[in-house]
Amino acid sequence: MAPAFGKCFTFCCAKTSPEGDEMATDAYEAAIKGLKDLLSKKADLGNVAAEKIKELTQELKELDSSNSDAVERIKSGFTHFKTQKYLKDSARFNDLAKGQSPKFLVFACSDSRVCPSHILNFQPGEAFVVRNIANMVPPFDQKRHSGVGAAVEYAVVHLKVENILVIGHSRCGGIKGLMSIEDDAAPTKSDFIENWVKIGASARNKIKEEHQGLDDEAKCTECEKEAVNVSLGNLLSYPFVRAEVVKNTLAIRGAHYNFVKGTFDLWELDFKTTPAYAFS
Amino acid sequence: MASHLPISYDPSSSTSLHTQQLIFCSSDKVKDFEKAQLRIPSSFRRKAANLQTMASGKTPGLTQEANDFTSGENNTDDVFDDMKQRFLAFKKLNYMDNLEHFKKLADAQAPKFLVIACADSRVCPSAVLGFQPGEAFTVRNIANLVPSYESGPTETKAALQFSVNTLEVENILVVGHSRCGGIQALMSMEDEGDSRSFIRNWVIVGKKAKESTKAVASNLHFDHQCQHCEKTSINHSLERLLGYPWIEEKVRNGSLSLHGGYYDFVNCTFEKWTVDYEGSRGGKKEGSGIAVKNRSVW
Repeated sequence: MAPAFGKCFTFCCAKTSPEGDEMATDAYEAAIKGLKDLLSKKADLGNVAAEKIKELTQELKELDSSNSDAVERIKSGFTHFKTQKYLKDSARFNDLAKGQSPKFLVFACSDSRVCPSHILNFQPGEAFVVRNIANMVPPFDQKRHSGVGAAVEYAVVHLKVENILVIGHSRCGGIKGLMSIEDDAAPTKSDFIENWVKIGASARNKIKEEHQGLDDEAKCTECEKEAVNVSLGNLLSYPFVRAEVVKNTLAIRGAHYNFVKGTFDLWELDFKTTPAYAFS
Repeated sequence: MASHLPISYDPSSSTSLHTQQLIFCSSDKVKDFEKAQLRIPSSFRRKAANLQTMASGKTPGLTQEANDFTSGENNTDDVFDDMKQRFLAFKKLNYMDNLEHFKKLADAQAPKFLVIACADSRVCPSAVLGFQPGEAFTVRNIANLVPSYESGPTETKAALQFSVNTLEVENILVVGHSRCGGIQALMSMEDEGDSRSFIRNWVIVGKKAKESTKAVASNLHFDHQCQHCEKTSINHSLERLLGYPWIEEKVRNGSLSLHGGYYDFVNCTFEKWTVDYEGSRGGKKEGSGIAVKNRSVW
């Protein structure tokens, strides 16, 4: 848990830092005083000193963000996984190393708060997961959207997953961006983001038409769910998806995770063809 | 609590019943599927009488379909139950115990990492690297590829823009892994292949890694070539990241660091390295145009 880890980290460092901090501050203040004394006698050195201080500040910044913290974070995460999960269940992981056969293809948002492994407790091997801004599935387009297409093709045709799940979520920045795009506006600095979230444009239009009375946050919530429906529909534009759904070997579901309220809504897309009645 | 789950059919019916809207699925109609679900019960009641008459003279085909339908319905209930149990377990064991933390997260996320990982079911960065909710903005695609700024498919670029410019993450970590199906597809791809394949159109983003692998490792067994390509491709993606002007600017001024990672799940090791921006500019190459530092294996 991040809070527990944070506390551990602080506790481990606490013993050495307080006195260390004081000594460091003393040394720093002595050095600054020495510099000030010098400059008061030789004012023309001011510019030189300023340049040197800028360089030093930059170096220290780099040292600080020399990402030793970040690396430590990753290392301790991996060590925990290795000792608590991998080595304790090595038979299963050995099997997985030979091949994966997940039953789920999951589309989730890249948002740091909504990893499907957390909220739905997917274990290694269970879910093939695509994460992008606002968990969008674009319609079939082999040039512009081959990334998503490749993932759907691989999961459905090669891995033969049995379920596709598209999970939207509360307070989605991508959906908020979609809702705030003005019609006919000039391209902005966030052009990649805008061009991407426009995949959900029909959801936005529907919400604007049908929910005019709602406040902005409620409109966004409705759009988060409606955009999932747009993605579900877009899934059917992939022929290999349609083929499996009609055969009843692939189910398509949408979901909305609300981390403000702690709720999870799940629904299914129903798509069938019946045998044709021949009129003759 | 999860709200009432809309079910679009009546399990007690002896024949399968669908509205016209659900059968012929243009995307317009599908978007109205929730409305259609509400209409089904009333239309069912009206049609039920006629259908029962028809059903009594039903063909073997209809019987088969009804049987298939019923067994499909059991699987649906199982999956719904399964999802419900999974979510409630998360809520009880994680969410409720950390309510304060989740309330803060609900207001805003401030992850320090952007992680680009493969969609492979065995390599979720939250599982393997222990990222907790709020810590890592995560992109997952086939073979953890980053396309170049100027060209190529666009999905990943929006996430780069959002995480670097809006969330201002401090680290980007590109994580590759062993036995990657996407890299394998790249390595076994014919040059003149079926351009109707999505997989082909995507993994071709990593073409340069394949070429450089073939140049140095073509005498190795195919599996070892793939492993070489898996690692080289990470470095090529890191190099392409530096081609995004707003990323390069932040790396240059020290507010953003780029890292590569390789998860080998056969031996359970994790290798990590950091891009040395100064070294890269100074011309010290790794065969992929970037220099690296702080390499370690756990």
